Order: sequence, then C-alpha cells, then structure tokens
Amino acid sequence: MNFALTDEQQMIVDTVRSFVETEIYPHENEVERTGFVPPELGQEIARKCKEIGFFGCNFPEEVGGAGLDHTSFTLVERELGRGSMALTVFFGRPSGILMGCNDEQREKYLLPAVRGDKFDALAMTEPDAGSDVRGMKCFAKKDGDDWIVNGTKHFISHANIADFVIVFIATGEEQTPRGPKKLITSFLVDRGTPGFEIRDGYNSVSHRGYKNCILTFDDCRLPSSQILGEVHRGFELANDWLYATRLTVAATSVGRARRVFDYALSYAAERKQFGKPIGANQGVSFKLADMITEIDAADLLTLSGAWRLDQGLPSNREIASAKVYATEMLARVTDEAIQIYGGMGLMDDLPLARFWRDARVERIWDGTSEIQRHIISRDLLRPLGA
Amino acid sequence: MKILVPVKRVVDYNVKIRVKADGSGVELANVKMSMNPFDEISVEEALRLKEAGKAAEVVVVSIGPAKAEETLRTALAMGADRAVLVETDDAVEPLAVAKILKGVAEAEKPGLIIVGKQAIDDDSNQTGQMLSALLGWAQGTFASKIELGEGKAKVTREVDGGLQTIEVKLPAVVTTDLRLNEPRYASLPNIMKAKKKPLDKKSPADFGVDTAPRLKVLKTEEPSGRKAGVKVKSVAELVEKLKTEAGVL
Repeated sequence: MNFALTDEQQMIVDTVRSFVETEIYPHENEVERTGFVPPELGQEIARKCKEIGFFGCNFPEEVGGAGLDHTSFTLVERELGRGSMALTVFFGRPSGILMGCNDEQREKYLLPAVRGDKFDALAMTEPDAGSDVRGMKCFAKKDGDDWIVNGTKHFISHANIADFVIVFIATGEEQTPRGPKKLITSFLVDRGTPGFEIRDGYNSVSHRGYKNCILTFDDCRLPSSQILGEVHRGFELANDWLYATRLTVAATSVGRARRVFDYALSYAAERKQFGKPIGANQGVSFKLADMITEIDAADLLTLSGAWRLDQGLPSNREIASAKVYATEMLARVTDEAIQIYGGMGLMDDLPLARFWRDARVERIWDGTSEIQRHIISRDLLRPLGA
Repeated sequence: MKILVPVKRVVDYNVKIRVKADGSGVELANVKMSMNPFDEISVEEALRLKEAGKAAEVVVVSIGPAKAEETLRTALAMGADRAVLVETDDAVEPLAVAKILKGVAEAEKPGLIIVGKQAIDDDSNQTGQMLSALLGWAQGTFASKIELGEGKAKVTREVDGGLQTIEVKLPAVVTTDLRLNEPRYASLPNIMKAKKKPLDKKSPADFGVDTAPRLKVLKTEEPSGRKAGVKVKSVAELVEKLKTEAGVL
C-alpha cells in the first residue's frame, strides 16, 4: 500500500493549483458580484488551459487527450474545486460519454470537444424527472429515419456556453416489475437546430455565474445519425459514465473544503479575543481538528474510488460513499468555518459565505445524498435478497 | 549554444516564515518548498531563447539535498532538456555555490548562464557576480531584457532610477530581475516527459569544492511587528505630519 503521489501527480497538483490561484482567484469576486463571466475571460481561461496541454486531459491520447488515469484526473478535479465553478468550467473537461461517438460523430463532436473548439453540455433532468430519470417526458417520435422531439429539460449546467448538448430523450416505454419505464436514447443536438432552444434558467443560491439553462424542443427534427450509442440504450450509456461525474463532485468538494479550511485555520491563529488567539480555545481548536479529520477522510475515500476505477474494480458503491461523504463534509466544514469567523464570515467582503452557499448544491446535483445512500445500501442488501 | 540555469529549492513564497524557537534559523520541517521565483524566471528566459532558435539546449543545475531533485523535475516539466543535481545536505554559502557552478560550467561549456539575481530565502544576491568573477566571464546583472547577438548579448539592467543597457561578450553570466518575463506553467505533456529526461547526480567533491561554511549565523529573529497607524482628519494634517513626524517631505 502506498499513499504517496507519483512525481507526475505531484507536479499535476502543483500546476493546476497554481493555475487556479493565478488565473481563477483574481476574477472570482467580480463574477460573484455580477453573476456573469465575460465571454473573453472564459475564452482566455480555455486558451491558457489548452496551452499547457490540460484541455480534455480526461480523454485518451488517441483522441487528442492526455490519457490521465482516474486517480490523476481526480487530483485535477480536486485542485480545480478550489476555484469558482463559473470560471473553472472553462478548464475544459468534456463529458466522457463522448467516447461513445461513432466514426462520423467523432470528427464532428468528440475531436473538436477534446481540442476545445466546441463546448458540450449534458441534459437529463426535467421539471418532473429529477432522480426518476426514467420518468422523463421529453419524447422523440420516429418519423422515417428522423426523430421528432418535444419536451423540456431544465437545470442544464453551462448549456449557455455549449455548442452542442448531449440530450437524453424517451424513445419508447417498456413494462418492468416496478411499472412502465421509459426507454431512453441519447442524442447529440447542435445549438441552432430548428425547434431547439437554449434559454437562461433560474438564479441559483450556489455557484453564481455558473449558469443552469432550460432547453425546449418544439417539433425538433433530429436525424438518426445524431443518436449517441444505440437506440433505447441511453440509460445504460449514461450509467456507464455517471459514476465519473459523481467522483468529480466528491473531488471538487474536497478541494474547496481545503481552501475553506486554510481560511479557518489562519483566522483561528490570528484573531485575538480576551487577549489570546481564538484557536487557543478548545471550542475552536476542536472544530479545526474535526474539520481536518473529515477533509482527510473524504480525500482518501475519493482517491480510493478513483484508484478502484483504475484497477477495474467494482466501484459504484465506493464512489457513492465518496460523493455523499465529501459533499456533506463540505457542508459541515463551510458552516463551521463561518462559525469560527463569526459575523465577518457572513459578509460579502470574504468568500466564506460564498463557499457556504456553493456547498449546498453539492448534496443535490449528480444524485442527491438520498440517492447515493440508496445506491450504497442497495449494493449491500441486494446480494442478500433484501 | 547551450544555456545553463542554476535553480534553488527554497521555502515557497506563499509560506509564512516562522523562526525556530532557539533562534538558530527558520522552521523548515513540513514547510512547502518550491523553486526560487527568480530562478523560474531564468528557466523561462532560457526556454524562450531556445524556442526562438537562439539556443540548442537548456541544462538546469541545482545544489542541495536529494529533495532538490523535485525542483529540477519542475524545471524539466517547464521544458528544460537535462538536469544536474549536485547533492549535499550541508548549508552551502554563495561562494561555495559559485565555485561548484564554475565546475559545472567548465564541464558543460555553456554559452550563457542565466541565474536568478537572488534566492528568496537568504537574499544574498552574490552567486551570479561571484560566478562571473571566478570564470572570468562578463556579467549583466538584474536583467529586465536579454537580446542575443553573434558572440554577444545586450542586457537591459534595472538600476536605481531607471534602465541601463549594456553589451557583454559571450560566454557571460546574466542575473534575472522580476520584470524579465512571466514564467510559464509546466505543461501536462512536459510533466509526463520530465521523469524520462536525464538527471545526472554529482557531489561537491566531484568539483573539488569544500563547502565548509565561512560564515557563522549568530541569531535569527523575526522582524518587529508593524506599529499601529494613526488616522488623520485632513490632507493638511497629513502633509504636516509627513513634514514634521515622518520627515519625508
């Protein structure tokens, strides 16, 4: 057993952290204040990311990526987690699901996405279909070799900057022991396709400037050549890749928690009340002890999930554990950090309140805490027939 | 032409330095270490000269403990071609560093040595100048611009009150100042290649240098804390205080 990072991994961590500190931190306050990222700034971050060869680093070398293994890529995500998501989204990490592209789609979507010429987004959630993906209403009806799509998607992250969207759409229905379930197909939909519209979504309490969008399909005609993978196999395709995004949420939560902890630690050492640093009081120092213990635990859980993927071991349960633990840890750590700062922690002049607000969504998106617990317990109990 | 770039492993510039309780030095245990920022600038300049076709090879050298290999790997990940580690656990003073670098330069025969004007740990600002004297080469210190010509280099120097441009014959030693360039990030492809690039290990004895200290550190202490300021009510009062109390007007 060896917990040390390799020299390469350490340099990856140092480089990404330095990138985030230099290229992301200075713009965070402005993005937070305006809820807006100027397009030139986003392009500049993407350009610098390409320049240092990190763009699409989660993709294999044969499609132009850097071929990082899961562990190294999780470290990249962890360090990016320190920065504002509205800005780090430009540090291109296209959806791994694009590896399902066929030869023709490869030229049009996969390769440009890895090169950074096109940005992608991924759309699954609907107003009436959150965790219940197979209850979705957005429907595609076959018409010759085409499909006619009608319906709405919402909460679609960063679709505002996407050139195309990977959309999961019902294409049929099947009877299951738990009632009728939709058969789902994944489509590649270009921005500008007639009948397809990308609109601004809601204002969220978390991650200001990182937009969520509403997608509408109004008799939108898509040829069969836009299908990613096979007809009716979209749910399986998604499940093959969704664990990776859960691990991403765990990793970014760990990175952000460490940044928050640095604030809390230095404040506890510097802030003096009653003639001594507040950290000299056990009420504060024990908070710090608990915070760092939880952060380290979440870090190890997350990295071991990535390591399991690299070993080809079953990792669904372990990744769900990492996701639920890291995101709930982040909630506790950001909350305690504010407690250590007292009133000042709530003011816009410091980023503590932002970290605290941003933490809230992590327990919800990419599978709520409840869904993660369901995955974990199902994995344990199903083999026992329960 | 070959460019030699000495790099030093120092306490990271973001670290809040703490003096050891016994005053014998600063706390180095569990402290983040990085490449001296001025040396990063030197590596960057060497790489730019290579990319512009003015140099064929960039060799980095570090003198220090085995851990200094990490610093060299960082330079290799930035794009340097080859590294030399002169390994020693002793504290090496500027004169000994300059003597060792002289030995490295005689072995490597670079056309140019680009070195940081100082290291941010001891702030000596001596190594480049001593090295140039030992080698009998020209020196251009505190460079904010370097232009290479045939057998010579034009160096713009940051001096008190402005800039001074001098021409030096090659080979030469140039020390870098903060405004020379902005160092690049290590690129992912270069990070992956860094481990495979050659790194030679040497010892000070290989160059016949005795590193025994000539200086004795008597005491290390923290700078005194900043005193609280005062608020003034008006510009007139400010000017008055600047004249009478601060004595700067």
